[in-house]
Amino acid sequence: MIRVALKGLLGRKLRAALTAFAIVLGVAMISGSLVLTDTVGKSFDDVYSQSYKDSDAVVSSRAAIADSSGKPPAFTADVLRRVQSVAGVAEAQGSVEDQARLVNKYGHAIGGAGSGLAVGLDASDTSLSPYELASGRWPTGDGQIAIDKATATEHDFAVGDTVGAFADGPVKKYKVTGLVRFGSEDTIAGSSILVFDLHTAQRLFDKPGKLDLIRVDAASNAAPEHVVAEIAPLLPETARVKTGEAQAAADSKDTQKGVDSFKWFLLAFGGIALIVGSSVIANTLSITVAQRIRELATLRTLGASRRQVLRSVVLEAIVVGLVGSIVGLFVGLGLARALFAILGATGFELPNQSLVFETRTIVVSVGTGTLIALFASLRPAIRATRIQPIAAVREGAELPPGRFHRTATLRGLILLAAGFGLLLYGTTGSGLSTPALIATLAAGVIVFFKGVSTIAPKLIRPLASVLGAPGARIGGSAGSLARQNAMRNPSRTASTAGALMIGLSLITFVAVLGQGVKSSFGSAVNELFVADYSVTAGDSLLTSKAATAAAKAPGVEVVSEIRSGTARLKGASVAVNGVDANLPQVVAMKWSAGSGNVASQLGADGAFIKKRYAEDHQLTVGSPLSVKTPTGANLRLHVVGIFDEPKGGSPFGEVSISKQTFDRSFATHDNYFTLLNVKGGESDAATANIERALTGFPDAQVETAEEFKAGQIANLDMALNIVYALLGLSVIVSLFGIVNTLVLSVFERTRELGMLRAIGMTRRQVRRMVRHESIVTALIGATFGIAVGMFLAGVVTHALSKYGIVFAVPYLSLAAFGGLAVVAGMLAAILPARRASRLNVLQALQYE
Amino acid sequence: MQVVEYEAQAPEATRATVVSAHDLTRRYGSNETAVDALRGVSVDIASGELTAVMGPSGSGKSTLMHILAGLDRPTAGEVRIAGTAIGELNDTQLTRLRREHIGFIFQFFNLLPMLTARENIVLPLSLAGEKPDPAWVDDLTSKVGLTNRLTHRPSELSGGQQQRVAIARALISKPTVMFADEPTGNLDSRTSSEILELLRDSVSSYGQTTVMVTHDAHAAAIADRILFLADGLIVKSLGPSTAHEILEALEEVTVR
Repeated sequence: MIRVALKGLLGRKLRAALTAFAIVLGVAMISGSLVLTDTVGKSFDDVYSQSYKDSDAVVSSRAAIADSSGKPPAFTADVLRRVQSVAGVAEAQGSVEDQARLVNKYGHAIGGAGSGLAVGLDASDTSLSPYELASGRWPTGDGQIAIDKATATEHDFAVGDTVGAFADGPVKKYKVTGLVRFGSEDTIAGSSILVFDLHTAQRLFDKPGKLDLIRVDAASNAAPEHVVAEIAPLLPETARVKTGEAQAAADSKDTQKGVDSFKWFLLAFGGIALIVGSSVIANTLSITVAQRIRELATLRTLGASRRQVLRSVVLEAIVVGLVGSIVGLFVGLGLARALFAILGATGFELPNQSLVFETRTIVVSVGTGTLIALFASLRPAIRATRIQPIAAVREGAELPPGRFHRTATLRGLILLAAGFGLLLYGTTGSGLSTPALIATLAAGVIVFFKGVSTIAPKLIRPLASVLGAPGARIGGSAGSLARQNAMRNPSRTASTAGALMIGLSLITFVAVLGQGVKSSFGSAVNELFVADYSVTAGDSLLTSKAATAAAKAPGVEVVSEIRSGTARLKGASVAVNGVDANLPQVVAMKWSAGSGNVASQLGADGAFIKKRYAEDHQLTVGSPLSVKTPTGANLRLHVVGIFDEPKGGSPFGEVSISKQTFDRSFATHDNYFTLLNVKGGESDAATANIERALTGFPDAQVETAEEFKAGQIANLDMALNIVYALLGLSVIVSLFGIVNTLVLSVFERTRELGMLRAIGMTRRQVRRMVRHESIVTALIGATFGIAVGMFLAGVVTHALSKYGIVFAVPYLSLAAFGGLAVVAGMLAAILPARRASRLNVLQALQYE
Repeated sequence: MQVVEYEAQAPEATRATVVSAHDLTRRYGSNETAVDALRGVSVDIASGELTAVMGPSGSGKSTLMHILAGLDRPTAGEVRIAGTAIGELNDTQLTRLRREHIGFIFQFFNLLPMLTARENIVLPLSLAGEKPDPAWVDDLTSKVGLTNRLTHRPSELSGGQQQRVAIARALISKPTVMFADEPTGNLDSRTSSEILELLRDSVSSYGQTTVMVTHDAHAAAIADRILFLADGLIVKSLGPSTAHEILEALEEVTVR
C-alpha cells in the first residue's frame, strides 16, 4: 500500500510539485526567520563576549530605574581609583561609552541614529579594551580620533585625514590618528566605531570627570567572583559590578529580547502562510480523492482495509509535506539573505557575518511543514475511507457527503459566532497577558475563517453569477461557460477561494487599520501643530544644542523644546516630557482641567498629565505624583493641568514637567521636538535660514506641519508595505491552490473539453474559459477577503477606539486588491489554460 | 404476467457449495420511486464451477453479483461465502473475507495506472501483507501469457493484455470464488474469445470457482451453468449450452 501511495505520487509529479509548493513558502519563511534572528543574535553575542573577553570583572553604570530610552548616568572617575586599590585587582581601565556619528565627505551623517559607538579611553591603558589598532596610533588629545577600518574603507578615510563627528553638539572636525578593529573584525555588527581620548570624550558627552565602564583584570590568584564581591561594596548607587561573562550575558539578554520579538513577528507570517498552505493541501487532496474514487474502491475490492486507504492518503500528504519542507528549509536560507538585504536597504542595517543554521531550525521547519501537511490530509483521508468498494463498478460514483454535510450552515454560523466571541473577549479589556491575548485573538480569527469557509459554498452561486457577469459579457460563450464551471462544484470553488481569502483579509485588515491610524494621526497633527516648523531627528532624540542653534537663525521668533525621557510612576514605566513656557504658541492643546497656559505654570513641581492617564488613576488637579527618574531622583509633583489629547496622539507622554525640572532629574537633555515660529510664517527663505543654522547637526530635520505629517505617514506606509509583502507570501501560496484546482478540474473535464473542441471551440476560447474561471475564483476570494478583513478591522478598531484608532476605509487600496486578484487569477490560469488548450481532441474523447 | 421461479440447484451433490444466497431482495430508493432490483433470489454456487449470470438490461444480474460478492447489501435475505454469513460482518471482517475468499475481474479492468503489470498482479497479496510465492507468480503469468509484459504499465498494454493482468490479479490469492463483471464487455470479439478461453482454462486447471455476469451469449457458452434473470428473479437455469441455445433461452426470458 505504501508503494501504491508513493507510486501514485510519482505518477502525478506536476500535481505533487504544485501541492508541495503550498508548503515551501511557509516553511521558507519559518526557516528564514529563524536563520535571520539566530544570525543577528549570534552576531550580538559575539560582540558582547568579545567586548569583555579580557575582563574578569566589569563595572558599569546603572540607571536607578529600568530605562529603555535614555542612557544610564555615568559614575565619577574616583570609582576607578577605588577599584584599582582592591587587592585582587591586577589592572583596571576606565572608559566612556556613548554614541556618536561620523559625517561623510559630503557632510551627511553616516548610518542611522544609534549606529555609531563612541569610546573614550586612555591611550596608555588599552590592554583590556576590545579595540585593537589596525594602523596608526591611538588618539591622545583634543581633535584626534580613531575610527573603525570598515567605515574608513567604505567612506574613503585614511590615517591623517580629517573627519567630522558629532554627538551631543554640532559637528566637529577630528584628525584620524588610527584605524581600529573590534577584536579580529573590522566593524561591530555594521556600526561605526569612534575612539576618542578619554578627556575629549568626557567633554564631548558632557561627562566631565566621569566614566561609564571599568574593565577589570583580576590578579592571577584571584577568582573573578571573589573580585566582584570585593568591588561591589565600593560602588555608588549608579554603578554595578559583574563578572565579564555575566556582563556579556546581561547585555546580550537585552538585545536578545528585541531579536526574539522580531523573530516571533516574522514567524507569525510564516505561520499564516502555512495555514493557507494547509488549506490548499486539504483542498487538493479532497479533489484528488474525489477523482480517484474508482481507484480507491478497486483497492478496497482487492482487500485494502479502510485503514490502508486512510494511510495511503495521509502518507501521500506526509511525503509532499516532507519534500516541500526540505525545499522550504533551503529556500529559507536564501530568504534570510534577501531579508538582510531588504532590511539593510530600508535602513534597518542588521549584523550578519555568516548565516547561523541551527539544528533547531531544521527540526522546527521540517517538523512544522510536515505536520501541517499531515493535519491537512486528515479530512480528505477520512472521507476516502468512506468510499464503498462498489464504487469500483459504478460509473461516475461520487464521494459520499461528509457526516455533517446537512448542518453546514448551522455549523458555519456557530463557528462565526464563536470566532466573533473570542475576538470580542480578546479585544475588550479582558485583562489577559500578552501571549494569552495573542492566542485568543489568533484562535478567534482562525475559528472565524473556518466559519466563513463552512458557509462559503452556499454563497458561491450568487457570487459567481455576479462576479462572473463581466467576464460572461466580454468572453462570450467561453466566459459564460467559465462562470458555470465556477459554480458547478461550489465547495471546491469555495475552498480554493478560501485560501486566497485568508491572505487578502489580513491584508485588508492591516490596510483598514493603517488608514485609521493615518487619518487620526493626520487630524491630530492638524489640530496640534500650529508651529511654523519642527526640528527633529526623525524618531530619535536631537540634542538641545540644535535648538539653541536654530534659535539664532534669522527670523526665528519663538523656540519651544520638548524633552523626552522615561521614569517610574505608580509602579509602571511612564514617558515624561520637559516643556517650556513657549509651548502654547507652538502647540494648540485642549485642556479638560487647568487654565490655558498650564505650561508656564509648571514651576519646579508642577506637572500636566493626559486625560486618559488621569481617568485611569483617578487623578485631578492638585493630585500628588511621585516620579522616580533614571538618575535616581525622586520628584514630588502635583497635577496642574489635564490635557485632552486628540485621538491621533501627541508628542506628550503620560506626564509633562517643566524643562528646568526635567534637566535637573534626567541624564539626557535631548529633544523629542523643537518647534519654531518665524516672522511672517513658513517660507522657503525661512526654511533655508533654519537649515543653514543647523548645518552642524546633520541629523536635524526641518519640517513644516505638512512635511512632518507626510514624513510620518511615509514611515507608516513603509511599515505597511513591509507587512503587505510578508502577507503577500500567503497570497502566493493561495495562488498555487488556484493553479492546482484548475489543473485538476481540467484533467477531470478532459472528455468534456474534447467535446467542446469537437463542436467548434477554438484553443483560444478554451484558454479564455479556464482563465475566466480562475479570475472568477480569485474575485470570490477577494470579495470574501475584503469583507472579512473589514469586519475584523471593525471589531478591532471599535475595541481600540480609546487608543485613537478609528475605522477608515482605504478605498483606493481595496480597489487595488480587487485588481490584484484579477491579475493573480490570470497568472494562476496560465499553466492550466495551456494544458487545456493543448488537449488532443481525439484522445480526449476516447479518454476513459 | 406469470413468473416461473426456479430454485437453482447444484447439479452434482458431491460438489460443495461455496457461495449461497437465500431469498435475496434488493430495493433501491423508497416510496413510490422505489425499484425492486431483486425480488427473492436464492442460488447456490458449487465449488470448481463456472456459473454465468445472464439476463436483459435491468434484470438484476449485476445487483445479484454485487450482493453475492459483498459489494452491496441486500434489503432482505442472506449470503454465505465459504460458510460465513456476510450480512453480519463489519467492515474489517468483510475486508478480511475479500482478501481470503474473493477475486474480482471488472469490465473496465480497473488496474492501477502507476503500477507495473507485475505489481498489479501481486497487489492483493501486498495489501494483505503477504509475500507472493515466486513459483506461483511465474506459473500464473505464463498461463495468462504475460511473462514478457510484466514490467509494463497498464497504459502500455492492449485491452486484452490489461484484462489478462486483471485475471492474474484475481487468481493470485487463490480465492474461494472469483467474480467477473462483464469481463469481455470492453473488448473486441477476437480478444474476447482469448479472454474467455483463459477464464475457462483457469476454471479447468485450477478448479477456480467463478461467477460471471455477462450479456454475451458467447461468453456464457463457456459456463458450466447459466442462470437467467428477469425482473429480479431467476427464471431459468441451463447446463453447458451453445451460444445458439443461450440466445434462444435469453429471447424466451426477455419476451416474457
